Amino acid sequence: MNVNQQTPMASPYGQPQPGYGQPGYGAGYPAPYAPYNNPASVYQPGAPPQGPLRGPPTSVPAPVSAAPQAYSHYGQGEMQNGPPPGSQAPPRPAVSQPYNQGAVNLSGPPQPYPQQYGAPPPMQQVTNQMTGMQISTGPPTAAGPGYAPPHSSQPPTSAAYSIAPHPAYTQGPPPASMAPSQPPPPRDPAPPQPYYGGPPPPQHPASSASAAPLPPPPSSHQSFPPTSYPGPQAPLPAGPQAPLPPGPQAQPPYAQGPPPPGSQPHYAPAPPHAHGSYPAARGPPPPSQPGPYPPAGPPPTSAPPGHYQGTMPPQPPAGQPATYHSGPPPPRAQMPPSSMAQTNHLPPGPQGPPGPLGPPGPLQQPPPQPGMQGGYPPQQNGAFGQVRGPQPGYPGPYPGQQNYGPQAPAPAAQAQKRLDPDAIPSPIQVIEDDRVKTTEPFTTGVRGQAPPLVTSNFHVKDQGNASPRFVRCTAYNMPCTADMAKQSQVPLAAVIKPLATLPPDETPPYLVDHGEAGPIRCNRCKAYMCPYMQFIEGGRRFQCGFCSCVSDVPPHYFQHLDHTGKRVDCYDRPELSLGSYEFLATVDYCKNNKLPQPPAFIFLIDVSYNAVKSGMVNIVCQELKTLLDHLPRENPEMDSVVRVGFVTYNKVLHFYNVKASLAQPQMLVVSDVADMFVPLLDGFLVNVKESRMVIDSLLDQIPEMFADTRETETVFGPVIQAGLEALKAADCAGKLFVFHTSLPIAEAPGKLKNREDKKLIGTDKEKSLFQPQVGFYSTLAKDCVAQGCCVDLFLFPNQYVDVATLGVVPVSTGGSVYKYTYFQAQSDRERFLNDLRRNVEKPMGFDAVLRVRTSTGIRATDFFGSFFMSNTTDVELAGLDCDKTVTVEFRHDDKLSEETGALMQCAVLYTSCSGQRRLRVHNMAVNCCSQLADLYRNCETDTIINFFSKYAFRSVLTSPTKTVREGLVNQCAAILACYRKNCASPSSAGQLILPECMKLLPVYLNCVLKSDVLLPAADVSLDDRAYLRQLLSGMDVSESHVFFYPRLLPLMKLEGDSLPLAVRDSEERLSKGGAYLLETGLHLFLWVGANAQQELLLNIFGTPSFGQIDPNLTSLPVLDNPFSKRLREIVDAFRAQRSRYMKLIVVKQEDKAELIFRHFLVEDKNASGGASYVDFLCHMHKEIRQLLS
Amino acid sequence: MTTYQEFIQQNEDRDGVRFSWNLWPSSRLEATRLVVPVSCLFTPLKERPDLPPVQYEPVMCGRANCKAVLNPLCQVDFRAKIWACNFCFQRNPFPPSYAGISDVNQPAELMPQFSTIEYVVQRGPVAPLIFLYVVDTCLEEEDLQALRESLQMSLSLLPPNALVGLITFGRMVQVHELSCEGIAKSYVFRGTKELSSKQIQEMLGLMKPAVSGQQGRPAAPQDPSATCRFLQPVHRVDMNLTDLLGELQRDPWPVPQGKRPLRSTGVALSVAVGLLEGAFPNTGARVMLFTGGPPTQGPGMVVGDELKTPIRSWHDIQKDNARHLKKSSKYYDTLANRTAVNGHSIDIYACALDQTGLLEMKCLSNLTGGHIVMGDSFNTSLFKQTFQRVFSKDYSGEFRMAFGGTMEVKTSRELKVCGAIGPCVSLGAKGPSVSENEMGVGGTSQWKVCSLNPSTTLAMFFEVVSQHNAPVPQGGRGAIQFVTQYQHSSTQRRIRVTTVARNWADAQSQIQHIESSFDQEASAVIMARLGVFRAESEEGPDVLRWLDRQLIRLFMFHLRRSPFLQVFNNSPDESSYYRHHFVRQDLTQSLIMVQPMLYSYSFHGPPEPVLLDSSSILPDRILLMDTFFQLVIYHGETIAQWRKAGYQEMAEYENFKQLLQAPLDDAQEILQTRFPMPRYVDTEHGGSQARFLLSKVNPSQTHNNSNGWTQEPGAPILTDDVSLQVFMDHLKKLAVSSST
Repeated sequence: MNVNQQTPMASPYGQPQPGYGQPGYGAGYPAPYAPYNNPASVYQPGAPPQGPLRGPPTSVPAPVSAAPQAYSHYGQGEMQNGPPPGSQAPPRPAVSQPYNQGAVNLSGPPQPYPQQYGAPPPMQQVTNQMTGMQISTGPPTAAGPGYAPPHSSQPPTSAAYSIAPHPAYTQGPPPASMAPSQPPPPRDPAPPQPYYGGPPPPQHPASSASAAPLPPPPSSHQSFPPTSYPGPQAPLPAGPQAPLPPGPQAQPPYAQGPPPPGSQPHYAPAPPHAHGSYPAARGPPPPSQPGPYPPAGPPPTSAPPGHYQGTMPPQPPAGQPATYHSGPPPPRAQMPPSSMAQTNHLPPGPQGPPGPLGPPGPLQQPPPQPGMQGGYPPQQNGAFGQVRGPQPGYPGPYPGQQNYGPQAPAPAAQAQKRLDPDAIPSPIQVIEDDRVKTTEPFTTGVRGQAPPLVTSNFHVKDQGNASPRFVRCTAYNMPCTADMAKQSQVPLAAVIKPLATLPPDETPPYLVDHGEAGPIRCNRCKAYMCPYMQFIEGGRRFQCGFCSCVSDVPPHYFQHLDHTGKRVDCYDRPELSLGSYEFLATVDYCKNNKLPQPPAFIFLIDVSYNAVKSGMVNIVCQELKTLLDHLPRENPEMDSVVRVGFVTYNKVLHFYNVKASLAQPQMLVVSDVADMFVPLLDGFLVNVKESRMVIDSLLDQIPEMFADTRETETVFGPVIQAGLEALKAADCAGKLFVFHTSLPIAEAPGKLKNREDKKLIGTDKEKSLFQPQVGFYSTLAKDCVAQGCCVDLFLFPNQYVDVATLGVVPVSTGGSVYKYTYFQAQSDRERFLNDLRRNVEKPMGFDAVLRVRTSTGIRATDFFGSFFMSNTTDVELAGLDCDKTVTVEFRHDDKLSEETGALMQCAVLYTSCSGQRRLRVHNMAVNCCSQLADLYRNCETDTIINFFSKYAFRSVLTSPTKTVREGLVNQCAAILACYRKNCASPSSAGQLILPECMKLLPVYLNCVLKSDVLLPAADVSLDDRAYLRQLLSGMDVSESHVFFYPRLLPLMKLEGDSLPLAVRDSEERLSKGGAYLLETGLHLFLWVGANAQQELLLNIFGTPSFGQIDPNLTSLPVLDNPFSKRLREIVDAFRAQRSRYMKLIVVKQEDKAELIFRHFLVEDKNASGGASYVDFLCHMHKEIRQLLS
Repeated sequence: MTTYQEFIQQNEDRDGVRFSWNLWPSSRLEATRLVVPVSCLFTPLKERPDLPPVQYEPVMCGRANCKAVLNPLCQVDFRAKIWACNFCFQRNPFPPSYAGISDVNQPAELMPQFSTIEYVVQRGPVAPLIFLYVVDTCLEEEDLQALRESLQMSLSLLPPNALVGLITFGRMVQVHELSCEGIAKSYVFRGTKELSSKQIQEMLGLMKPAVSGQQGRPAAPQDPSATCRFLQPVHRVDMNLTDLLGELQRDPWPVPQGKRPLRSTGVALSVAVGLLEGAFPNTGARVMLFTGGPPTQGPGMVVGDELKTPIRSWHDIQKDNARHLKKSSKYYDTLANRTAVNGHSIDIYACALDQTGLLEMKCLSNLTGGHIVMGDSFNTSLFKQTFQRVFSKDYSGEFRMAFGGTMEVKTSRELKVCGAIGPCVSLGAKGPSVSENEMGVGGTSQWKVCSLNPSTTLAMFFEVVSQHNAPVPQGGRGAIQFVTQYQHSSTQRRIRVTTVARNWADAQSQIQHIESSFDQEASAVIMARLGVFRAESEEGPDVLRWLDRQLIRLFMFHLRRSPFLQVFNNSPDESSYYRHHFVRQDLTQSLIMVQPMLYSYSFHGPPEPVLLDSSSILPDRILLMDTFFQLVIYHGETIAQWRKAGYQEMAEYENFKQLLQAPLDDAQEILQTRFPMPRYVDTEHGGSQARFLLSKVNPSQTHNNSNGWTQEPGAPILTDDVSLQVFMDHLKKLAVSSST
């Protein structure tokens, strides 16, 4: 495999190399680098600066072109890697690069491996790694022969990258010194060189030479540490690398890389094919990249090449983890990144090919390190190259080793520093790449096709499968068997948002009326008519796509078939041609066989002392007056048929009779909270239009009536009971809006006590804090669901209110919880009102039942979200709004066939806001595969993370958070290890290879692990955690994505209509002289650097001085300048995008509030012990290696 | 010496007392032989326009267990300024304020004509009267409208400073807050849940447990601001309440086909009682329940809401087939006792065509002195005028109602008190004058009479305790003193003291005297009360047998047939209603109830009372029958034909017109004063309503014994009941046989 890869690599590189023309490196590596660089550059824009850049540029271009292709491949499916037939080779590089880098980084530590893997993994990353590896390979070659040697040599190299790398890393690291392990590094450096020298003497020289230069560069590049790597790779980088003396060493390997050139040739041959994708590496197999991969097997997966470990075997020894750490620690943070980079670099480095890389290097990271770049490219390409080099030496088998070799070198450099953050997979890059790539509308007709990322704008054309706006899957190519699924550990799940709002340019699902008989369904499994039903016998019968049962077509539905066996009216009927549509349900689908009444909204307002004092009561009452004109309706021309009712409460409940015929509203006080009932029927739920006068009068009087209240105690359970009873009495479904302030301590059912106990955090008993305090609410929730009573809870707490318990009902009824801690009328009014407005107005269904049917072979086994289940199949939702999602996990209960794929149909029976009973059906078909590689090519990381986080957040109810965190890490490690083992081309064990489509898995996973729920900071209250926990359960993929990995936009330049390119969530990405906007879906921060330019401040705040900025601003001043205008537009656009209004918080650098802000810089280490991205990647790598060994 | 007749009349006029015997046999044995016990009908607040209350407090005997009030029977030593209690013989000094007392300067209470005297107590807080309306909203719109109007009208009749409150109920119970402006506010209680008084007060926000505890005051529920929310002075909330009543909706909960509306009478009453209990204990208050049907849910439920299950009848009760009877009776009984303890009373105005559960609820009024009024609809003059009459005033412009009374009986040593029958509850005051032998509500010498009016009359039973061998000295007198404390409608507290004495007589030597001192009417009514009292607690036939054994005279025949003892043809509610009134009305009214009056109008002369006999029903007569509950004008066959022919319109038959008018005028007179308003029936021979008359008259001619050819005048009655003649024959036979 390796060989193949390498070869391919070579070829690809070869090509590129040519382009690069550079020295030895140039040839083979360049190409790869270039691509990498590109990506890299993208990622590490900053880095590029280096001289090497130039080189890169050149390379860049190449890559670019390549990139696109690559993307095409990759972009589409991760598949690309594999698939992308040769031609794309270049592109891949690009792609791969990014990945690789990421991968590399990982590999960094493990460098060697990664690289190697990289290589194998047709995946770029892999390749990168590989490259890195290769570099090491160079040495490895030596090693190859006898690992031992390589080891030694590699180690060094690897050291550079990773632990094993120690040596290698160490080398780099030594400086880094970071990790203890590193210490050894120093040696590494030496060794590496030697190694390198040894093996690739020639290179060495070169490298060394380069190295020499490198040192200097480092200074410049420092930040780029990554570059340093490159340094190694490309002499150019050397400059930058300077810091990375080791780098140089590494480089040497790269230098070797150069030799690779020689190898290149080898590669070249292969590459040609491989080109396209890393596979290119496998190029040989190139023909069908997959093919090549196949060898790699997983190769495609390899893409995932997250494998950083170029290091390979050597590393293992080293104990990569250490390396990683070491890597990172050393130089500045960046350095660490560099280490990461190293991984990447390594490859590059090794790649010497760096030459080419060099250029790229510049582009990307520390381009400075051209060398680095070289390194990178090497990794990717280079790696291969190197590998090849080595390969040559080594027969195919060890290619990996080779990788190591190369890596080693790079690693060496890295080792000194930490992984280069710029070298590890960058979410921003991935997002950006996908965004750029997504230009065509996404058509859903093709089975198993992964949709664009949630962060990209795209148009969807429904051609038979549900739009990704409705359904997203973790995998679009499901394993055929349970064994495969178990082996891969990849969760098979779908995130379904049944009532999602579509953009205006997409048609909402059509409403189909099949008449009195109701929707046509399969006789056996009851699946609804859909495009997967096969009409046979001239159209008289149809065969169910799910269970294969043959049913008769009712006469009124009969239609002739055309010559292809399709019904003639196929395209006239939404249910035969579309993925999503609605049926009009008949009375058989209604509760008690009675057509439903229009739903009702009941507003229940806390009027205790706190509520009045905070201004909440006043605001709610004022707002309701206008809000009532915006109740949901299906026909905008008509008045809403939703009826409304009002209740206020403290220790007792006050119902209001607002019958139209009354001159004044009447208040009915119910003090019997122990046994709640509704005191009136007629006059409680009214039509807004008819009772307008009375309602207005009531809303005017409520604040007055309770203005002087001194009642501080509240009840809660009876409040919901009251709403429920009212709906029961009116015999309709509906929604309760509860505005509540405090822990319900008054004597009543559902009374709670304060149980917040910080001492329990981190203990085995912590889970109890997430569980409801009393069983009362669970029972109540059940009753609510039975009646179709959805509860939305707006909390305004000043202290602990036990969200874990209060939230039980909302969460079980499809409702939402909103929390406005320390609510102040002035500052929080806007947020609250916007949330309320949106909540009231949003389209929703009531009394819903959701059922997921699947084709034989898989089964929906687990569900996550805000709902209630009384059996194992029916998801009952008292309310289902357009923002709520249900995540469904599937498990095999039989085999799936590749031919038919796997089908799923999600049917939601609900009552619309006009009281119509409907069925919404979403159909989804995905492919099935018997090769793991195919699985890994078609996964969607964002969705996986969505699933994992929901799973984990639910698990905290039953397990200690520590166990949950470990479980997550283990599963991810298993996924990646499986890929590495089965899909990535063989490479050094020290190399971290990530599948292309999962290369962000570690970074996102880290974000999940660091979330307040799983790893709370000291200042995070139990309520906050419970709140977030519940909140997440209903999030869709785009929300969970930004929630875990916030969007951070630099605001220095706002031009045109496009948004500035986001930067990664790390403090080091922030410039003191700038301002940034950070969005999490819940929070919106405007961070202002202490040295922000006057002009910027003037534009934003209208004040020239940093000191004059009011940190309490909640909205941006309206200034008449294009910048301000655009910024406000952006803020508005962000808000419009999210289901909850984000209050703007201005954070001044060095201000207290910055602590909160920093919490969202998720790539950094956080105060509560959350690992930095780099560290975590290393950790992950270690886990994977353990699994592999 | 006047005749006994006059003596009796005189005593009644002065003291409101009528004894069965006006000479008392001097020993227990002889008294027992008299069959009719020594007993009396006592009207505590008998109207005495000529008796101005004195503005000072009574002087009481100093002996702790006596406390009798100074009265004309006491021996007074004007020199020593000492008086001797005629009950315990304790010698008491006069208080300082009596320093000027002398032979010629005697306080009123010592004058013989002031054997009944009323004192005004100046001490203590003045508590306003309280009227709490408890209104059923499960009514037909027409009924509800009539009720609304009556209630609104009543506001103008209330004393301006009286507190008024409103509770409405249907499926839920709403306590309306009257003080708030703008939004009408009410507290709602679920109609199915029994709540303790404490819970009710908490839910109404009347208790501030924590606060009062801190202040060290025992739970002081008298938080004026809190109670004011529900009970406000009429003058202040007049408008508000009028509007509130005007907006009173029918119970908004849908009533499915085949169901009765859900009516939470039990909870509504318990909330009313709880509210008053917490806010105004021991203050005169009147809970006025207006209901249009039986309680159908919750505690006190009388019948389920399924229409197919009819409300219990006597038949069901006898078959022990009345599911809710015991439980709900017990519920209301408990409630009534609570109410009585606090000195509040409950009126029931039940207007419905079917029964409303009076049988179960009767104790509410019976024990608290409240009224029960039964009618067919709120939209009838019967209800409207009766309700209006509740607020009638006396000659001096005072309401004819008094509250929170306690009546104490003191007896001289030879007598003990056995009990009382009337709208009262025992206060459980043991003492030397309490007999172990209970008749009626006994075992005490004090009773609570929560609501009184000038006609409220109790039957008191006594026992002679002197031994046979220790006859009372000749000329000795036995004395009884009634001390009634009550809250006058002017909110004053008053004490009325009535002291009476009767001579002892040796039954052996003076049997004739004793015989002649017998008060036939009083005895009849007293025995009837005893019968009714027993009928309430025992099986009907047993009571009749008991009564039969007790001998008696003529009108016991009618009593036997009266609805007080006979339940045939009466619903349980009606029986309860009739009995309720029988045990509280004064003697005259009671007599009418037992033996209805029948007047005959004809061209032959002025109206004359005629026998209540079927033979009195003649074609050329107009009959006016007053049974207390009904007022029936019956036109004989011929008269009816004439009237139909319109003779009365012709000038030449002016006399006929006058004849027709005469009974109407008389009836009107009765209607003016009677409370409750009787059912007024104007009917004629063959009219369906003639049944009211036919069922009352003595069936001397029935379809059994009247032969077609007999020329006897009168109308045959279709009944199997025995006629008076037969009854008498049997009675005679029995009397003889039993005496042997």
